[in-house]
Amino acid sequence: MRRVFFRLLGLAKPFWKRMGLAVLLGFGTIASSVGLLATSAYIIAFAALQPSIAELQIAIVGVRFFGISRGILRYLERLVTHNAAFRLLARLRLWFYQKLEPLAPARLIHYQSGDLLSRIVADIETLEQFFVRVLAPPLVAVCIAILMWFLVGAFDPRLAAIIVAFLALAGVVTPVFVRRLGRGTGRQMVELRAALNTALVDGVQGCADLLAFTRAGRHQTHINSLSKQYFQLQERMSRVGGLSNALTGLLMNLSTITLLLVAIPLINAERIDEVYLALLVLAAIACFEAVIPLPSTFQFLENQLAAAQRLYEIVDARPSVIDPGETSPEPIDFSLSVRDLRFRYEMDEGPALDEVDFQLDQGSQLAVVGPSGAGKSTLVNLLLRFWDYDSGQIFLGGHELKAYHGEDLRRMIGVVSQDTHLFNDTIRGNLLLANPGADEHDLVQAASQAQIHEFVQSLPHGYDTWIGEAGVRLSGGERQRIAIARALLKNTPILILDEPTANLDALTEREVIKTLYGLMEGRTTLIITHRLVGLENVGQILVMREGRIIERGRHDELIQAEGFYHRMWRLQTQSDALDILHEGDASDEGFELGSKR
Amino acid sequence: MQSKMRLDRRLIRQAWSARLYLALTIGFSALTGLILVGQAFLISQIVAGVFLAGKTLHEVQPQLLLLLALSITRSGLSWGSEVAAQKISGQVKHSLRQRLMRHLFKLGPAYTSGERSGELTNTVVEGVEALEAYFSQYLPQLALAALVPLTILIFILPLDLTSGLVLLLTAPLIPIFMILIGDAADRLTQRQWKSLSHMSAHFLDTLQGLTTLKLLGRSRDQAQAIAAISTRFRQTTLSVLRVAFLSALVLEMVATLSTAVVAVEIGLRLLYGRLVFEQAFFVLILAPEFYLPLRMLGTRFHAGMSGVAAAERIFEILDISPRQMPSSPQQSTPTTEHRFDIHFQDVHYAYEDGQRSALHGLSLRIPPGHKVAIVGPSGSGKSTIAHLLLRFIDPDRGSITVDDQPLGSLDITTWRSQIAWVPQKPYLFNASVGENIRLADPNASSEEVIRAAKQAYAHDFIQALPESYDTLIGERGSRLSGGQAQRIALARAFLKQAPFLILDEATANLDPEIEAQLREAMNHLLQDRTALIIAHRLGVAQDADTILVISGGRVIETGSHAALLEDGGLYSRLFAAYGGLA
Repeated sequence: MRRVFFRLLGLAKPFWKRMGLAVLLGFGTIASSVGLLATSAYIIAFAALQPSIAELQIAIVGVRFFGISRGILRYLERLVTHNAAFRLLARLRLWFYQKLEPLAPARLIHYQSGDLLSRIVADIETLEQFFVRVLAPPLVAVCIAILMWFLVGAFDPRLAAIIVAFLALAGVVTPVFVRRLGRGTGRQMVELRAALNTALVDGVQGCADLLAFTRAGRHQTHINSLSKQYFQLQERMSRVGGLSNALTGLLMNLSTITLLLVAIPLINAERIDEVYLALLVLAAIACFEAVIPLPSTFQFLENQLAAAQRLYEIVDARPSVIDPGETSPEPIDFSLSVRDLRFRYEMDEGPALDEVDFQLDQGSQLAVVGPSGAGKSTLVNLLLRFWDYDSGQIFLGGHELKAYHGEDLRRMIGVVSQDTHLFNDTIRGNLLLANPGADEHDLVQAASQAQIHEFVQSLPHGYDTWIGEAGVRLSGGERQRIAIARALLKNTPILILDEPTANLDALTEREVIKTLYGLMEGRTTLIITHRLVGLENVGQILVMREGRIIERGRHDELIQAEGFYHRMWRLQTQSDALDILHEGDASDEGFELGSKR
Repeated sequence: MQSKMRLDRRLIRQAWSARLYLALTIGFSALTGLILVGQAFLISQIVAGVFLAGKTLHEVQPQLLLLLALSITRSGLSWGSEVAAQKISGQVKHSLRQRLMRHLFKLGPAYTSGERSGELTNTVVEGVEALEAYFSQYLPQLALAALVPLTILIFILPLDLTSGLVLLLTAPLIPIFMILIGDAADRLTQRQWKSLSHMSAHFLDTLQGLTTLKLLGRSRDQAQAIAAISTRFRQTTLSVLRVAFLSALVLEMVATLSTAVVAVEIGLRLLYGRLVFEQAFFVLILAPEFYLPLRMLGTRFHAGMSGVAAAERIFEILDISPRQMPSSPQQSTPTTEHRFDIHFQDVHYAYEDGQRSALHGLSLRIPPGHKVAIVGPSGSGKSTIAHLLLRFIDPDRGSITVDDQPLGSLDITTWRSQIAWVPQKPYLFNASVGENIRLADPNASSEEVIRAAKQAYAHDFIQALPESYDTLIGERGSRLSGGQAQRIALARAFLKQAPFLILDEATANLDPEIEAQLREAMNHLLQDRTALIIAHRLGVAQDADTILVISGGRVIETGSHAALLEDGGLYSRLFAAYGGLA
């Protein structure tokens, strides 16, 4: 954890001047309070001795000055602090993105869900407070302690020691003590809170299932009992947590009493001028303002370190692909050749690809089909250099894939996949992402070819209509057409269609496939799919299962061979699935339905 | 402003069940004010005695001891008031959580599902928690802010009218400024928060689309976009904050300048002998204490207001009355030897308060023991029929009867217990696989669970999971594929063994192999049961006794598979698209 703290400090380092200024201003604010009360006390004490008014003038000016300076310093402090915090936030975002970018998508497969990504975003926002809540308050408190040391020390070092000691007790010892006292309950609370939240989430999102299975009442009882337990724990916790403020207040008062105990004999002995007693008492009370935020600082520190830890865990991963040192070679043509390819994601997992071999000539088409988990997507990931293969070779245009920089490689490949992300942007913005240099004519042409132009025209703001979370929601078919238009705009010699029709209904699927044929023309195309629709004209089909190619050929050849492909095709298309199943059990490569009989 | 106050009142009414603790919080605040005055009095006496009368430590010892006693009491009160406030907030949260959940169950999936579900989850989980700050911080501070200055004033006014008046006249400035500037600044900050959340959304969007950006070769450029947006945000925000923070500046100024004014004013009167030191010092100690609770209220105000915002949404949900008609008083219990002759007569239903029509005069019959399949384009109202049968919703118009009894007259729990429902997207609870299947029957033995899983072709993949049937699934466990989730849902249906089955679009988007397995499982499930099958893919529909083709919220074709193909209507066209053969 200490390492995490110092790494965070490193990230905040560029803003040290601003932060220093903010600390100084924060110090000035509290020092003004001390000054205001101390000078006020001095005025009335001195006035009680009935001197001439001229002798009070300086002190009166001082009081007015401190009365004004406190507000202004506080105002400036807040501005400077927020400025620094926003700068830190911007830097954190940029830092995180730049670290993350080379890791995508290989090291991020576990973070694909929106929830985890939202947590990352929230974690970064938590760290924005690192300076405001964690660094600044203790520094300000230390400055105030130093000020008091010199201010009170000028009268007597013992008095200074008393104040600094009580400041330390209130600012450091109390928070640590209270936190330690509440640690057990706190941990229980975290666990119970998680269980309660889970039950609540289950209750809302599983509402239909609970009602249909007449379990809503039971679930409600479950929630009530968790909520009750949480409530009781919270109550127990409040008894500990309440100590924090109570002790801080008590220590402040004790410091005043102790100060009086020590100062009164000194005054009686005329070691200190009696006119300063009031000043000392009020200064001692005022300076405690500096330690009030410290208990929460400890809590923030814990949260922030945990957030930072989570971020570092992601960012510290080694990229799965290292780009070559030299510049990428020029491809001779746009053919693909895969030889004896083997790959596994993790050392302790089975092979995702095993002995995969194929040749795809420039401008021709090849389809890879198979059930999910067959290794189809893995093949795409390797071809795009999102991962590097373990053994075997992939050649693109006569050069091994590993000789190309990832970016240069992907510049040659257009991808239409099932999970194309559409950004919170206009349709134009989303399309131009594929080719920022494209003009209006290119845009309309690509959209027309992808058969989305008319639809876009029908939207209220045409190409400038916002889509995504903030705007119009598009149907699955419309999204896929945008993805196709992007591929057209990118205009690459190689094309990968990765389950381009998944999540579409049958009618839309047919239409999208028709559009895709236009896109494929003249391009080296790899089609990945588990839907055996529209493959009749594809030159070569590879049937994969569990990482291996088990059949290859054209559609009609594969149908005639009456193998796995044929069975998949019939399952999908023919009405009488049960008959095939029973046949399948009789043959060797039957489905794994062992438990059926 | 007014609506905000009404909300405040409604929120505080929530604390009624914890009124003892509310009274304690307020009582402790009043006592704190008194003690504060006592402390100031003692300190001024001690200092005056030592300073002007040359008293020794021994002579002021009684006052010092009393001061110590008061300090300890005050800390005790502060502790007690914090505990009491927590008790209130805990009680309110606990009761609202229960009420909210009970109400959501009453509103049912018609309200909770779909796009709203994320926001609702957030309200139930985080929104209720946000009330904590209102009750444990804002409310006690409000009591302090009302009582402490008042107590101080009561003691100062008779003692020193001038200072008392200064305090009295400046005190209202704080709340007035807080409201005047605060309101305007609040609106500005609110807008700024919105732009902050936009910026977060953009960042999240970029992260989610990182793979797409990489594919398009644009991922590196995005770093600049992120930097640019952050910078723009910082600049606009700071210009807003420069104004917004003025409110704090004014508040701070009122408090410190008034203290300064009091100090100079009493100092001058001391100088001319019109006031004694002891009184003057007493007033000076109390002056900052007078403003402190008011200033603290300002800092707690935001915490309180976010609680109010959350409360607004919570009350909004609680105020929605369930659309379901109340069941008639004499509920008949459906018998177990039900025949399940189900009739829909001219049923109309529209979502979003009549905005989006789903069913438009639908009539259908599910005869006992029959398997009726419903097909039709997406959005034609197929799932609505299932929801009506499950009584998640009730028809706007028309009637649904079961064995000639209105569906609404049946006891809802008993009716639902007759139905096994395999939904389109089954929800998997954050629990073990076994418990997820047991949803259908919490008392099922593990043998029964395993048998159901085997019947649903789920046993094999469950056994391959790290901890078999004890593997946790959902957010906090491993995720299952769509096909696997579907098979868990089937296992639930097998375990439930209900006489009436509703299968909702059970085979969409699946691998052919799994599709076949599921189909086999479903055929087992369908045996000897009355069933309504809602199919998007036509495969399952073909085996049904009757197929209803739905379009535009009503039935447009009825008949067996063969008969419908011959008719050459929508069904045959859909079939051609699906299978490519007739």
